[in-house]
Amino acid sequence: MKIIQATIFGAAALAIAYTAQAQDYRAQAISMMKRDFHAKGIAGMDRLDEDTVQKICNLSHNNPPKGLAERLQQDQLEDIKYPADGKFLGDWKSGEKIAQRGRGMTWKDKDGKTSRGEPNGGSCYNCHQIGPDTTSFGSIGNSLLHFGKIRGYGADMQKYVYGKIYNAKAFNLCSAMPRFGHSDTLSEEQIKDLVALLLDPNSPVNK
Amino acid sequence: MSSIKLRVVVALSGLAFACAAQAGQTATPVKVAAQTKKAASKSRSAIAAEFEKFRDIMEEASPAELFEAKGEELWKAKRGPKNASLEKCDLGLGPGVLKGAYVKMPRYFADTDQVMDAERRIVYCMVTLQGFKEADLAKKPFSSASKTPDPVSLVTYVAGQSRGMKIAVPQKHPKERDAYNTGEEIFNYRAGPWDFSCATCHGADNLRIRTQDLPNLSSKEGAIAAFQGWPGYRMTGGLMHTLQWRLNDCFRQQRFPEPGYVSETLSDLLTYMGVNANGHVYKGPGIKR
Amino acid sequence: MADPMRIRAKAKDGGVNVKILMAHEMETGQRKDSAGKPIPAHFIQHVSVTWQGKVVLSANWGPAISKNPFLEFDFKGGKKGDKIQVTWTDNKGDTRTDEATIN
Repeated sequence: MKIIQATIFGAAALAIAYTAQAQDYRAQAISMMKRDFHAKGIAGMDRLDEDTVQKICNLSHNNPPKGLAERLQQDQLEDIKYPADGKFLGDWKSGEKIAQRGRGMTWKDKDGKTSRGEPNGGSCYNCHQIGPDTTSFGSIGNSLLHFGKIRGYGADMQKYVYGKIYNAKAFNLCSAMPRFGHSDTLSEEQIKDLVALLLDPNSPVNK
Repeated sequence: MSSIKLRVVVALSGLAFACAAQAGQTATPVKVAAQTKKAASKSRSAIAAEFEKFRDIMEEASPAELFEAKGEELWKAKRGPKNASLEKCDLGLGPGVLKGAYVKMPRYFADTDQVMDAERRIVYCMVTLQGFKEADLAKKPFSSASKTPDPVSLVTYVAGQSRGMKIAVPQKHPKERDAYNTGEEIFNYRAGPWDFSCATCHGADNLRIRTQDLPNLSSKEGAIAAFQGWPGYRMTGGLMHTLQWRLNDCFRQQRFPEPGYVSETLSDLLTYMGVNANGHVYKGPGIKR
Repeated sequence: MADPMRIRAKAKDGGVNVKILMAHEMETGQRKDSAGKPIPAHFIQHVSVTWQGKVVLSANWGPAISKNPFLEFDFKGGKKGDKIQVTWTDNKGDTRTDEATIN
């Protein structure tokens, strides 16, 4: 319910900022895409529908009004499913593999698996510097090298990192980072392994 | 005829070659390829700069030209159910005028009342003049190891006829301006399981995925990358690809469903990127990583 | 069916500089397809270039030459307006000849 209310409020407020003409082009763009695209493999046409977060970010050019952003971030935060066993640290070695793997979720891939039958990757190195041995890292996200060493290894930090990977939009509504748990890209176990990659004192990230 | 100087550039894989010059001459193999030295901009990584150097050397021996030659043959040949050539195809400057047509597309065409990009228009000509079926052309529109589809070679040929010319994608007709504005909305539209839009990767300066530099296609400087080097011979796999393929694969990685081949959506997106690149000089079909 | 070559021949310093691009798969025979089956070898075995009926270049090639090969060489004699013919033949007996005018 909360989400729906926020949408209505948000769309009304943002419509003022978005000129009538731009609204027309936006509506035209959306209906054109829905006409011109087709489902392929696991990539169904429903992927063209905006959810609340996407819509608010699109309408505000990724710069939503503060109050609205906070409310929606709260909704996203409540959507995060934390591990039932209360443990956040998995295996950093497996985490490294997940961070390296960039496959999964495209129309060439399978449900929950890559086209090669491996579990989905997190594509982490595509955007972030992480471990010291991989020099081919992207620059869309910030550097995560020495993450635990700099920020500490405590339980709160572990919970934050788990949540950030599960749903980055809970902390920054229009972040460029995908919501890996929310979108069913990564499993609970995989996210735990990634948390370990950043926060296990034995992980090369913290050496 | 006393001496022959030989140069074989191993175009793709850097394999050693076995070449024996006969006919009694002394062969003096491998003269160092002339390099165009371009100052690599500071933002580029060293790896990318090295690759640029390699690409410069490759430009003069670009395999893309093979596809231009193939495209020229196809353009002039009588083909299809109507047994006609494409020589009467109007790419916006009048029937059969190819010089400079590519750098002025996408553009508005009165006969279809639509804005069309080069490949869309060429497919239209293949349908109307030669009698091919659009559905057949759309079945397997991209190059594979076993086949280079005809529209790919044709686009490459047409693009080669604009080599060295200034990009001037028109914005006179209201539908051309509509296409630009709609294209901009498509470019910025975030959706799908990963919340990506084109702009997520191509909307800011100095971004990289792994070591691959990402051009900022929303900027005047960056937008040239959406034009330059396309159609491009991709050294990965040695295949010739057009912008229709590039956009298709971008949407795949955006985790979207698949855009229709030569659809209006893609024409509008190409209008947005093309107009942003206006004023730059187009160097012709090129080479891609 | 063989695709056209791209040939550039330019007169300079009493000789002619020739650049040739050939469209060919140049399959080594050592690669496997996605099903694990070997892809049969398919490569250009012989290239010859003639000018006024004389052979100015004759080369034996093997599978180590890359896909879509590029060949550049100079020969003495030859002037603007003369024609040269380039012919390749591959291991399956397929062949292609193209002609270019020296400029």
